[in-house]
Amino acid sequence: MAVLVVADHDNAELKDTTLKTVTAALAISGDVDVLVAGKGIAAVAAQAAKIAGVRKVLTTESDALGQHIAEALSACLVPLMAGYDDLLTPATTVGKNFAPRVAALLDVAPISDVLEVVDADTFVRPIYAGNALETVHSSDAKKVITVRATAFKPAEGGGSAAIEAVDAGPGAPHTRFVSEEIVKSDRPELAGAKIVVSGGRAMGSAEEFHRVIEPLADKLGAAVGASRAAVDAGYAPNDYQVGQTGKVVAPQLYIAIGISGAIQHLAGMKDSKVIVAINKDADAPIFQVADYGLVADYKTAVPELMEALTAAGK
Amino acid sequence: MKVLVPVKRVIDYNVKARVKSDQTGVDLANVKMSMNPFCEIAVEEAVRLQEKGVATEVVVVSIGPIQAQETIRTALAMGAERGILIQTDTDPEPLEVAKLLAAVAKAEEPRLILMGKQAIDGDNNAVGQMLSALLGWPQATFASKVEVSGDKAKVTREVDGGLQTLEVDLPAVVTADLRLNEPRYASLPNIMKAKRKTIDIKTPDDFGGLGEGHLKVVKVTEPPKRVAGVKVENAAELVAKLKTEAGVI
Repeated sequence: MAVLVVADHDNAELKDTTLKTVTAALAISGDVDVLVAGKGIAAVAAQAAKIAGVRKVLTTESDALGQHIAEALSACLVPLMAGYDDLLTPATTVGKNFAPRVAALLDVAPISDVLEVVDADTFVRPIYAGNALETVHSSDAKKVITVRATAFKPAEGGGSAAIEAVDAGPGAPHTRFVSEEIVKSDRPELAGAKIVVSGGRAMGSAEEFHRVIEPLADKLGAAVGASRAAVDAGYAPNDYQVGQTGKVVAPQLYIAIGISGAIQHLAGMKDSKVIVAINKDADAPIFQVADYGLVADYKTAVPELMEALTAAGK
Repeated sequence: MKVLVPVKRVIDYNVKARVKSDQTGVDLANVKMSMNPFCEIAVEEAVRLQEKGVATEVVVVSIGPIQAQETIRTALAMGAERGILIQTDTDPEPLEVAKLLAAVAKAEEPRLILMGKQAIDGDNNAVGQMLSALLGWPQATFASKVEVSGDKAKVTREVDGGLQTLEVDLPAVVTADLRLNEPRYASLPNIMKAKRKTIDIKTPDDFGGLGEGHLKVVKVTEPPKRVAGVKVENAAELVAKLKTEAGVI
């Protein structure tokens, strides 16, 4: 049985989530191919070919694929799936968008956000914002699965898979790309960062969020996150949101500043290795999951933290 | 233009789900149930389209137990015109839900289906995409802005890294993300008015029936618990612990 991993990339670079999804795929089958669908993706395909354990890299290009249009990806994937038992892709906004569409076209039940591969037919996934874990058995011969990448280790490098072009399919006749606003940042990506510094509603304004959270993140080489409350209030852009409906992160170190710890926020960060909470409310629920809690107003605690980090050679 | 809005009755988002001790699922007995928050946003958007004169009729459909009538009633109080309940005491999986909704769409012939991007119980984030595939319609998921003009909808989507704007031909399926709008509270007169609006009670068999299901839940368990750690006195102690004890900086 063969598995097709649909790569996560931005047409220029292969994302780390792809390597983690390959690890999940290898837990199902030894025959793993990777599809890189996009536009101008030669460099991405070359990176994918180096993943250890990958049998073959398939490439396909069109404008609509480069824009990650779900209808175009699905139209390309459905015929390809004749040669595969399973499709795996990271549970990014791209993966979540096209995978269920492919599943419906194949008349199979999609399995979302898989945390663990129990066996080739059985998977563990979070439900109720991660407050429960569901083990599901699928009776479908073909499966379409999105993978929560933070739950898997990245596959190693050192491979040398062959690269082969495949048909792009008919595209998306009823869907047109208009524009995109992608936030450019020199900071690491939130989903894959080793350290994340997040700010909450306590910041009170977008200016304060920038003034307090960003210098601390930069000092630590960290990505910046935010609670839903901070995003809803306009203190931080939507793609900063960590939580059930935003991004799920599992960094080595997560620093929550002025975040109370609503259930839906905890769902997005509770698998972090070490959690630090700074909050002036000693009863804030965030302290129940924090390894290190500092009960203090961020206005004094963050400058002190900056100083202590400088003193420690950071 | 008719707009169809599928809605789901789920555990209230403020209630913490508790796993049953026999690991068969989550305990929903005597738990407050509400409309799924994302569905509420979809209803609000549909009602706003109606208020702008873009939508002519907003029809709400729910699949669930008889109590799901209350969920439909909430949508009617927000301004939707009529409701359809497909009554079932089973908990159909996303593929089955999408098939029933596709049959409803064929009967109702809406130009736009607006729905939540995911339900906060199963967290699948799948039905909208599957429904649009089954109907052969375009999809615009995770919407934070929807503009309908003529036979097209321009939809801004929340994606990793920022926003993407697509234009789709109608009919289409649009799924709502959190920041599409802030749903209104229904006024008392509108709640009273909603009591007189029609809810048609149907069965799955009226829409092609429910299949066997492709997924079987083996068990539902509690996630590993994190235990609260220690409180530190100040920033210097925090940095010392992160450096020597945790080794993360």
